Amino acid sequence: MAAFVEKVLEIAQRYWPLFWAGTKVTLLISLTGTIIGLAIGLLVGSVRAVKVEPRDGLGTRVVKQLIHALTSIYIEVFRGTPMIVQSVFLYYLLKPVFNWKPTVAGIFIVSVNTGAYMAEIIRAGIQSVDQGQTEAARSIGMTPMQTMFLVVLPQAIKNSFPAIGNEFVVNIKDSSVLSAISVTDLYFQSIGVAGSIFLFTQTMTVTASIYLVLTFTTTRILGLIEKRMGRPRSSFPASQTVPGNPTF
Amino acid sequence: MENIIEIRGLKKHFDKLEVLNDIQFSVAPGEVICLIGASGSGKSTLLRCVNLLETPDAGEILVHGQNILQGRMDVNQYRTKVGMVFQSFNLFANMDVLKNCMVGQTHVLHRSKEEAREKALYFLQKVGMKDFLLASPAQLSGGQKQRVAIARALCMDPEVLLFDEPTSALDPEMVGGVLEVMKDLAREGLTMIVVTHEMGFAREVSTRVVFMDKGVIAEEGSPEEIFQNPQNPRTREFLSRYIQS
Ligand SMILES: Nc1ncnc2c1ncn2[C@@H]1O[C@H](COP(=O)(O)OP(=O)(O)OP(=O)(O)O)[C@@H](O)[C@H]1O
Ligand SMILES: [Mg+2]
Repeated sequence: MAAFVEKVLEIAQRYWPLFWAGTKVTLLISLTGTIIGLAIGLLVGSVRAVKVEPRDGLGTRVVKQLIHALTSIYIEVFRGTPMIVQSVFLYYLLKPVFNWKPTVAGIFIVSVNTGAYMAEIIRAGIQSVDQGQTEAARSIGMTPMQTMFLVVLPQAIKNSFPAIGNEFVVNIKDSSVLSAISVTDLYFQSIGVAGSIFLFTQTMTVTASIYLVLTFTTTRILGLIEKRMGRPRSSFPASQTVPGNPTF
Repeated sequence: MENIIEIRGLKKHFDKLEVLNDIQFSVAPGEVICLIGASGSGKSTLLRCVNLLETPDAGEILVHGQNILQGRMDVNQYRTKVGMVFQSFNLFANMDVLKNCMVGQTHVLHRSKEEAREKALYFLQKVGMKDFLLASPAQLSGGQKQRVAIARALCMDPEVLLFDEPTSALDPEMVGGVLEVMKDLAREGLTMIVVTHEMGFAREVSTRVVFMDKGVIAEEGSPEEIFQNPQNPRTREFLSRYIQS
């Protein structure tokens, strides 16, 4: 046991520049991927929340339904297949077009993959905002777009913040599959180290510890932000309304 | 005087359910119309058709003589002229009280921030909510929320204000404050259509009472006519239930 721990510490000490380089790539890809994914999710999720209205003409109706069908396919495909398969498929498919580095491809793949999940998270968040506020917004003359951006989306984002943050944590871990296209992330570097010294368990102990520190810290920070967002801005006496009987 | 709104032959159904059947209805400036009737008789649907939250199946809605159901009418512009106050308040939960009253002015009517703020302050003062400018809706009582909702609607300078059971979701002790605000507005000559179960309010404030029954207007008249001498047996039956309770 003591020998094992000693070995682990030795590996960490000796190879820390490689671990550190990998950690930076992992953080870069998961953070950028989550942010771009959120942007995709906001766009896709909110267009999917636009419903066909009785006053719509034929053209509008067709466009809306087409957008709905296309975004459905996107979401189903990216949520229904493993990211490791997506990464190999897209990396080689688009290599002749973009001639891209694995890291860039990695950011692209994580973004598009996360976007599919975010779209559903945002759509659920939009649905969690009660319809009454939408009607109130429309009743003072706001357009559907204004209603979405001024009233619904801010609340949808706030309501789904925990799920959005969770995607970041998932990406920190799951970006490890990008080693399949030689992205030099933490896992890729670790496997390199382990393979060169033939000490897999000991090396992965270092790797797992780093991942754990990353996810643990991230979860804590997100928790703090969440708490902050939930807090009312100033203190007014809260009071609850019980739906009462109408009085005559 | 010329009618602000004139509704002719209005029909609306949900699936197989005929909710409004051939409604004729008009609103002249300064009128305070109370819509009464049993649950499910179509009061809310009629109100919602007036500001196009529901799209009627047939009929005409003439606003200053122009049919808003025909052609390329700017629905959003029209809606600013017809305010609505909901049973469930529907304040924007992501905005404080002041912002609730400003957002429509700045983004729909394109007023400057200063002008919008001034107007919001004026109406919030009027409904007695000026001390709560920075409160978020979650921090307010039901009665306070409803008064802010009324101020929000007034800020758009509507020609007509629609109320759908504005006090039904309130604690009994909150009802008075909201009705007081509405009475003030009526006295100042604001044109209002109010769906209500508050018969006292209808009797005291309204200029006309409209009784709806199963999707049609069964009877209408002055409060005296409707409450003291109803002609339609359905009206009598409906009102007797209220007098008993
Ligand atoms: N969006 C809808 N879809 C289907 N049915 C509806 C819809 N809105 C209303 N209805 C039905 O239409 C009928 C009339 O509803 P409406 O809300 O206009 O009645 P109301 O007179 O306002 O009743 P209440 O006093 O209960 O508010 C009811 O039977 C109701 O269930
Ligand atoms: Mg109703």
